[in-house]
Amino acid sequence: MPTATNPNKQPVIQDPACQAGSDAELRFQQKVDNDLKIEPRDWMPEKYRQTLIRQISQHAHSEIVGMLPEGNWITRAPSLRRKATLIAKVQDEAGHGLYLYSAAETLGISRDEMIDQLHSGRAKYSSIFNYPTLTWADIGAIGWLVDGAAIMNQVPICRCSYGPYARAMVRICKEESFHQRQGFEILLTLSKGTEAQKRMCQDAINRWWWPSVMMFGPHDEASPHTAQSMKWKIKRFSNDELRQRFVDMCAQQVKVLCMELPDPELRYNPSRGHYDFGPIDWQEFHQVINGNGPCNRERLSARIRAHQEGQWVREAATAHAAKQAAKLEKQVA
Amino acid sequence: METLQTPGREMTDLTDYVLHLADNALILGHRNSEWTGHGPVLEQDIAISNIALDLIGQARMLYQYAARLCGGTQTEDSLAYLRDAWDFKNCLLVELGRGDWAFTVLRQFFFSTYQYLLYQKLTGSRDATLAAIAEKAVKEVSYHLRWSGEWVVRLGDGTQESHRRMEAALLELWAYTGELTTDAPYESRLSRSGVAVAVPSLQVPWTQKVTEVLREADLRLSLEALLGNTWMQQGGKLGTHTEHLGFILAEMQYMQRTYPGSNW
Repeated sequence: MPTATNPNKQPVIQDPACQAGSDAELRFQQKVDNDLKIEPRDWMPEKYRQTLIRQISQHAHSEIVGMLPEGNWITRAPSLRRKATLIAKVQDEAGHGLYLYSAAETLGISRDEMIDQLHSGRAKYSSIFNYPTLTWADIGAIGWLVDGAAIMNQVPICRCSYGPYARAMVRICKEESFHQRQGFEILLTLSKGTEAQKRMCQDAINRWWWPSVMMFGPHDEASPHTAQSMKWKIKRFSNDELRQRFVDMCAQQVKVLCMELPDPELRYNPSRGHYDFGPIDWQEFHQVINGNGPCNRERLSARIRAHQEGQWVREAATAHAAKQAAKLEKQVA
Repeated sequence: METLQTPGREMTDLTDYVLHLADNALILGHRNSEWTGHGPVLEQDIAISNIALDLIGQARMLYQYAARLCGGTQTEDSLAYLRDAWDFKNCLLVELGRGDWAFTVLRQFFFSTYQYLLYQKLTGSRDATLAAIAEKAVKEVSYHLRWSGEWVVRLGDGTQESHRRMEAALLELWAYTGELTTDAPYESRLSRSGVAVAVPSLQVPWTQKVTEVLREADLRLSLEALLGNTWMQQGGKLGTHTEHLGFILAEMQYMQRTYPGSNW
């Protein structure tokens, strides 16, 4: 069987005979069905590889772009303790980006290619980061709602069929759940504070609630890839199932804050055993995804600027490493 | 842990000294944190944020100690967020703008060299609290020193552009290095009683280390041209700052000033 080398130096096994319904594909699906992990050197359908590259890189980009709205408040954090925990949190997001880029690299794509896809607009990142952080309370709301929604989405991925992705997610989820508690604690402090702090808290919840509900993606009937991803065990639950769990959780937790979620139709439905909630503004969702959110241009240009301004630094590091290697070779010779 | 029983003048000096050490750490930590999310490559974004975090951690321990010395209602936050620029006692070097990556790593290298030598000696301070803080911090600073020194070499040696940027950073920063090893009156008095480090004694080892690394970075000639330049900017340790500090404080203190008396 011929092998080709990908940029990550992992041999990618290519077998033209492995078409849909082939033995290899049947064996692959059997492994998935038996909850065995698929590893980088195992045969996998090309579409599975591409789906994972798309999903993992999108996830990595979200971590990196997500550093920007929160990073906004590092220099204005209201106490030394908050400043330190916010730096640590944003730094954790950078770490998550690193693990995820590495997990994606095992599928035969380089970090440079992925970053290039982000900067050219070919790869997406989570739309939520196209909303602005206007007050300190937004840092709490991002932790509670955005990280809360992310965890809801990500915990099932710890059991994803692709080994490197599943393992990266175990660590990421632990840190994210810490961030979520921190965020909630920021809001809890505000909710017990002055009138201005309470107002700040409610205002942030009002602005972040619906975008967070939208983080689960379109309704199931409008989500064409879900069935295939569930068969491959990349996805374990549908968008609407996860969204419902999130709404149920937040509807309870918001009571502890003595605040309200901005949805007049939100109420517990005993016949379903869940909270009913109002209609989602899908027009806004699609506008933001298509580049018309309040901060789309700013976020992307901030990333591109950091990358371009870092170009000479990366070149210098490469040049220095090459000179060192040449020196070493000369010494050995 | 027992703090020295120090009456009158020595008490004021000690408070000033602890604030000076704390302000240095906070202001440079704040400056470095401006890189978070904007670093030249992900791994280095994490590294510079980590240094920022270490420095803010040091600042917190020192402000907490200063607050105890001040007594009354002072806290780490009131000291960081409710003093004006003329009360800050940091060296001018740490408050200068963020600059490019060359400026950032060279400033960090100058500062970490100083801070490493300082904390090493401060572990032997007669003041047990300061000695303990120095003991903890010196481990972090030895990493900052190694990291920044490696970057100075990498950029000095790397490409023509990186070398040119390092020369520019050296030219801009040099006049702010003298203040690190020039003592303020509170420092010299406390060093005589074995509490503070006599910073003039750090000048020779500081210059040695800096020369060694800049030589490796192929920046020796630029340094030699500057070594004759003994006219140094100073004033920060006594509260006379550059224009930069006011802007840092305007941003950093905005929440505490706008919503006074709130818990965060």
